[in-house]
Amino acid sequence: MHPFFRNMRHRATVIITTLLVCAVASLLVSGMIGSIAIPLADMPTALLHLVQGNPDSLAATLLELRLGRASTAFVTGAALSLAGVMMQALLRNPLADPYVLGLSSGASVGALLALLLMYSLWAVDAAAFAGAVIISMLLYWLARRDLRSGMAAEGGASLLLLTGVILSSASMALVTLMLSIAPEGRLRTMVFWMIGDLSGAPVRLMPWLVLAGAMLFALRSARSLNVMALHAEAASTLGVRVGALRKGLFFVSGLLTASAVTSAGSIGFVGLIVPHALRFACGPDHRVLIPAAALAGGAFLVLADTMARTVLAPLQLPVGVITAMVGAPVFLYQLHRLRRK
Amino acid sequence: MIRTYQLGLHAGSRKLIANLNWQIDDGECWSVIGRNGAGKSTLLRTLAGLRQPDAGHITIQNRDLHDWPLTDLARQRAFLAQARHDAFSYRVIETVLSARHPYHDQHYWEGSDDQQIALASLAAMEVVHLAERDVRSLSGGERQRVAIAAMLAQDTPLLLLDEPANALDLAHQVSVMSLLARLCREQRKTVVMVGHDLNLAHSVSSHALLLMGDGGWLAGPVAEVMQAETLSDYLGHPIEIIEHGQRKIFIPKEDIA
Repeated sequence: MHPFFRNMRHRATVIITTLLVCAVASLLVSGMIGSIAIPLADMPTALLHLVQGNPDSLAATLLELRLGRASTAFVTGAALSLAGVMMQALLRNPLADPYVLGLSSGASVGALLALLLMYSLWAVDAAAFAGAVIISMLLYWLARRDLRSGMAAEGGASLLLLTGVILSSASMALVTLMLSIAPEGRLRTMVFWMIGDLSGAPVRLMPWLVLAGAMLFALRSARSLNVMALHAEAASTLGVRVGALRKGLFFVSGLLTASAVTSAGSIGFVGLIVPHALRFACGPDHRVLIPAAALAGGAFLVLADTMARTVLAPLQLPVGVITAMVGAPVFLYQLHRLRRK
Repeated sequence: MIRTYQLGLHAGSRKLIANLNWQIDDGECWSVIGRNGAGKSTLLRTLAGLRQPDAGHITIQNRDLHDWPLTDLARQRAFLAQARHDAFSYRVIETVLSARHPYHDQHYWEGSDDQQIALASLAAMEVVHLAERDVRSLSGGERQRVAIAAMLAQDTPLLLLDEPANALDLAHQVSVMSLLARLCREQRKTVVMVGHDLNLAHSVSSHALLLMGDGGWLAGPVAEVMQAETLSDYLGHPIEIIEHGQRKIFIPKEDIA
């Protein structure tokens, strides 16, 4: 066999295993670090207590709190990163992501409206979800028109990106409007929701179910995604049902984003820089990229959140601040590199 | 192999092709010839199923194009688009392997026979040495040969090519064309291609379809259709034919004014 092929599956296994180890390590680190550090030696006992369901010791109680928050960070990061991979394949543009395309801003409008009207927590989640879905539908409708007119993928996608940016600004204007008329008491909750904050995020099962479903869909269509990323609409001559796949991608990435923002508010840049860095390191093959992006995205957000709550301790920063401060320079660097090519 | 019945194509309100009744049999190599905007690419995209006909219908193996499941159809015909835009840095070998998609729907990774075929296709287009390269780093001609290699890897009886000689140097134009002619002759494959080089078209094709761009068309064996007067008419420029040994050379007459 040609050496190239022998490596292919082997490489995939190595990459996924490495990232899995990194993800577990990131969770452990986030469990150990904090106002009161848990030494590595105490971790096994604390973990054991936690698993047995009697977190009586201080270490076990701290661990329960920290791991609960870290697991929410992980599922949020994984969802955002996976949504980024899907949107980039969909638009055949490595610069697309849920934040840039305005999905997060749409969710912000929904969530803030619900917060302003003092609806209950589940209504806030539902409104954020609806906001993201509405923006995603709007974008899909615009994308359809581009594609129907047979425009070059590049021109079409950049038009769509620009449309997303405009939709995002429009949503932000609505957000500003709501912030300016909101009563003092609710302002802090609203602002923290917008920046993206994990401190108050409840541990929920739903985001995991959404992530699992999306992962299943993504892995099943991984090969078709490669064909579509390579051949655009001509992928149908290779047996890919392009229309159905696009619709699926839009729906699932919208759902992932909506689920992520309802857990943690609108956290930026994860969906953009994690897939990008992985493509650079492991290549663009979606069969590797999809599981890798979920693991790396999760680990990235766990570490970012650990930083957010320790860097200026006892002050807690919203995690969105950290991802943006890491993400913006990385994004600009990548943009610059693309230009040079 | 493929037939069109009363096929009509429009571009906006402009009629490109009207009432096209066209029969293409196994082992034939067709060139579609016409001016810019005459509807050559539109016709090819319609045959590939990427565009709906504005009138009439198309059958492949006596089965209506719309009745074919996409995956089965992908094992019947391959399509080479006129231009490509590579958004991601796939390697050359990955682009060729992706053409094996219709053959292993249920598997996550390609099998070893797919890999053999991919390598053989790269070898046929003399691009094996590029296998590990990033597609975005290739020259236009290299990218074109890789795209044709992918098409060969798809291993279909019907090949639809939009300007296959595009961006190729002289030597590769000749070798790609003779490869296509050989596939028709030896493996009974069917080729329909769009091209602007009359000499290349005449040397490899068995048949030609001339398009006027106003609905008019003319189809038939090369010897009948590719006459100086007809071609001049369809291409909108006087064309002269020079006999050179066994070959016919087509040259445009120069404007004397």
